[in-house]
Amino acid sequence: MSVRLLAALPFIGILVGVPFVNRTEPLVLGMPLVLAWIVMWVVLTSAIMGIVYLFDPANRDDGADAADVEVRS
Amino acid sequence: MSALVIIAAITLVALWLGMRARRGHDMNLEQWSVGGRSFGTAFVFLLMAGEIYTTFTFLGGSGFAYGKGAPVYYILAYATLAYIISYWMLPPIWRYAKSHRLMSQPHFFSRKYASPSLGVLIALVDVAALIPYLVLQFKGLGIIVAIASYGAIASTTAIWIGAVVVTAYVIVSGVRGCAWNSALKDVMILAIALFLGIYLPIHHYGGLGEMFRAIDAAKPGFLTFAPRGQGIVWFQSTVLLTALGFFMWPHTFASSYTARNERIFRRNAFLLPLYQLILLFVFFCGFAAVLKVPGLTGGNIDLSLFKLSLMTFDPWFVGVIGAAGVLTALVPGSMILTTASTLIANDIYRGVLARDADDAKVARIARFVVPVIALVAVGFTLNGGETIVALLLMGYNFVTQLFPALICSLAPRNRVTKQGAFCGIVAGVVVVAATTLMHTSIGQLLPFLPDALKDVNIGFVALAVNVVVLALVSALTQPRAGEAPTHANAH
Repeated sequence: MSVRLLAALPFIGILVGVPFVNRTEPLVLGMPLVLAWIVMWVVLTSAIMGIVYLFDPANRDDGADAADVEVRS
Repeated sequence: MSALVIIAAITLVALWLGMRARRGHDMNLEQWSVGGRSFGTAFVFLLMAGEIYTTFTFLGGSGFAYGKGAPVYYILAYATLAYIISYWMLPPIWRYAKSHRLMSQPHFFSRKYASPSLGVLIALVDVAALIPYLVLQFKGLGIIVAIASYGAIASTTAIWIGAVVVTAYVIVSGVRGCAWNSALKDVMILAIALFLGIYLPIHHYGGLGEMFRAIDAAKPGFLTFAPRGQGIVWFQSTVLLTALGFFMWPHTFASSYTARNERIFRRNAFLLPLYQLILLFVFFCGFAAVLKVPGLTGGNIDLSLFKLSLMTFDPWFVGVIGAAGVLTALVPGSMILTTASTLIANDIYRGVLARDADDAKVARIARFVVPVIALVAVGFTLNGGETIVALLLMGYNFVTQLFPALICSLAPRNRVTKQGAFCGIVAGVVVVAATTLMHTSIGQLLPFLPDALKDVNIGFVALAVNVVVLALVSALTQPRAGEAPTHANAH
């Protein structure tokens, strides 16, 4: 249940965090800091939703969509 | 000439793919509008991602980066947050849609609130929001073909050809045609955006970091949010507002019905954020143009990507970029067209004119409506001036007004009444229309606010009015136990 709280982090990171990193320098991976910050949160969001997915009891195998798993695995 | 051949070839491929998509399926209403609810992860993924890669993002994303700088970052942020919300929001919507065999978004509301008039209201709001969106795709198509064919094809001709192609495969294959062409489009746009976004900064500046340093030196403050105007507060409020509205677009909402099972949405919630990082490379193209093709202003900022490509590449490659651009217009255009005709046939025709029409009849009407909508959109594209931009801005805020009523309807015990939902949406839509047409900002409306709050996106006012009206009217019309509802508003 508490794993779901992770999903609130990107909202905080993007909506609350941006004023604190609103700078060009230092460049991160060649990008202005504020852009790099947002990109980082996009990647973290993906990781977080992956974790939420793994721990969500709703996704425990019930065999119902075994066929579908193959499409993307 | 070689550019022209490539664009023509890809258009024919799109037509052929769209036409053959119906193969092996009896195209009844459910197949046509929601693919028989049989799509797996890949197709649902592509349909949902289709929303991201439209001409708006291809031309507009790079143009926005070119013309405005930092504010473009919001595009990357809002969809990410929308996907998080989708993890919990889409599965219950899908379950309800499946068990009630729903075809469209208004259908969902009219069942949930047991109110056909609410369904009709939402269908009208949807169509009003969709038509400008379709017009924008056609406009983008015209620009792309005119430039990439080096003027050999006038944009008017391109718009007509594009409209005919889309109309043809939508009539034949419905949403299946959209799905197949989404696959083609995404492969092309992915490759092109990645290549351009990496190559252009290196070719013109020597590298990504060098490019951003050069821009920062030439235009200080361009790469960060400004203190006023489209600054931090604007960014925060716009990201939040558009994240809520993201899945309220009727074609995105209805594409969730195509899924075979609900787990697909949960899986997509962690794949889609990564996928839309491709947008980052589209931004790079726009930034690369800042110092290389200076001087584009107003609506012309959308041409920055193509102007830079024209001076960088051989004609055949401009043709390849143009072909990808054509697909970013055709595919979302076809999804909008499928959705709008389903709305008109299923929710307006069956909702108002002929309540007892069967599915076969509705399916016939839907196909008949397709060319009509396409013609209306072409008409607006060729004759509509600046008004269409205002309409589009309104469109996004229009559909966002559906969010409160939707979220409440998913609660186990919904306290919102049909009258509350109806009045809230009407109030929100009226506020959106009034503020957009009069170009009002929060600063003008509420001059006593501190400076920082004046840049809050005006859409929040509409949403707030909507929620207040929804709550008040619902409180007044609450059915009491053992007593007939006394305050039921007439509508």
